[in-house]
Amino acid sequence: MTMTGQSIRDMLGRRMIELRPSVEVRAGSALPENDVVEDPVIRISDLNLWYGKKQALGGVSLSIPRKKVTALIGPSGCGKSTLLRCMNRMNDLIPNVRVQGSVEIEGANIYASTIDPVEVRRVVGMVFQKPNPFPKSIYENVAFGARINGYKGDMDELVEQALRQAALWDEVKDDLKKSGLALSGGQQQRLCIARAIAVNPDVVLMDEPCSALDPIATQRIEDLMRELAERYTIVIVTHNLQQAARVSDRTAFMLAADDLVGRLVEYGATDQLFTNPKDERTEAYITGRFG
Amino acid sequence: MPREQFQKGLQDLQDGVLEMGSMVDRQIERALQSLVGRDIPLAEAIVRDDDEVNRTRFHLDNVCLSLLTQQAPMASDLRLIISVLSMVSELERMGDHAEGIGRIVILMQDEPLVKPLVDIPKMATEARRMLKDALDAFVQRDVNSAYAVGQADTVVDDLYDTVYHDLLEIMVRDPSTVESCTHLLWVAHNLERIADRATNIAERVVFTVTGMMPQMDVSRY
Repeated sequence: MTMTGQSIRDMLGRRMIELRPSVEVRAGSALPENDVVEDPVIRISDLNLWYGKKQALGGVSLSIPRKKVTALIGPSGCGKSTLLRCMNRMNDLIPNVRVQGSVEIEGANIYASTIDPVEVRRVVGMVFQKPNPFPKSIYENVAFGARINGYKGDMDELVEQALRQAALWDEVKDDLKKSGLALSGGQQQRLCIARAIAVNPDVVLMDEPCSALDPIATQRIEDLMRELAERYTIVIVTHNLQQAARVSDRTAFMLAADDLVGRLVEYGATDQLFTNPKDERTEAYITGRFG
Repeated sequence: MPREQFQKGLQDLQDGVLEMGSMVDRQIERALQSLVGRDIPLAEAIVRDDDEVNRTRFHLDNVCLSLLTQQAPMASDLRLIISVLSMVSELERMGDHAEGIGRIVILMQDEPLVKPLVDIPKMATEARRMLKDALDAFVQRDVNSAYAVGQADTVVDDLYDTVYHDLLEIMVRDPSTVESCTHLLWVAHNLERIADRATNIAERVVFTVTGMMPQMDVSRY
């Protein structure tokens, strides 16, 4: 694949005139001492976001570790999907959104004026709650991103590789011309994952990827997430606490206080957060005493 | 309050541990009574009643399994259930030690005592106090009281030392008492183990509250 071998820094750096210096996570952030993420792919610093006049995120700082699964959890309206969408500038598509602070990917602030958001979305792919394959063949769904990126390599090989990585190849290899919409819900979601990874991203964001799937399809996607984490950095938003506990290496708990501004409450290793959370609000949420 | 059924389940589980604790305490108390009073029918009843202790343990194990599978507990709730699984196992083994004393009493029949029973009843009193304190610490979620239980184990160890040396001396002086002395040594050993298991319960209290797993390794035996 000709697209391999280029780091996101290379891809973004071409478009950058100036880079903001890497901002250290500030004192008072949710990262406890001795729990600093080494060599993070994404470093979010003091991020604030407004939808019009309403502030949705306040002072969020966290670092996403490389080739791990990081889960964002919290009650509805806590800003976890908003935070996820900040990681590839998907919020830019919503009118009147204002973002303050920085989201650095491999040290490059993706909100710098010189950055092309389309390129950001290539290196930070996304899978949505509801499977959304294009009304095209399975093959074309996977090849689509590579085609518009001007991929010059062996497209058949690229499609097969992406479908294999998405654990869908064996089920569709004889039907690649069939419409993506003819697949089952779970297969459609894996097709969307194949489409996301076919452009060789560094990070895959997943916004409640299993909420529309049955338990068996959910299990397959969860297994897939663990496999994909060997190659990609995964960030998942989920309402399913058990899912967060099962699939993630690190978990971030977010909460909107009375002012309705979503903030990061606690962030740490998943096993620690689910067995012995440090913040009583995390304890209350994960034990079901509120939310 | 959210998850009312789950909260009720946890409360019932805790109540079940206390009931089992008092059942085991009663077994220890009766074991001593049977020794002091040389009461064979009582000793036989203790052996019989151990079945009830065992049944209670498996019942509480099942309650824990149901809560784990049906309620998917997290954080302090998860630690509580994991602790209870361990605690009921300790209580069940304490019941076995009480039963062991009952069996020794049956074995001794009307064999005369080689020494007056002074320190062995003291051991039983201390071990029972440790059990009660460990369960109180559990109900109160009191880490300091739990650590105090661990410290109290040295008292039982000291008493065991005394009993051991006294019996050894008697055996050396009169080898014909070896069998009778060994019977009492077994009784003392069972009580010493009961105290150790009370310490283990106290350790689980600390885990329930803090998530830390301390080793209250103060026992000399």
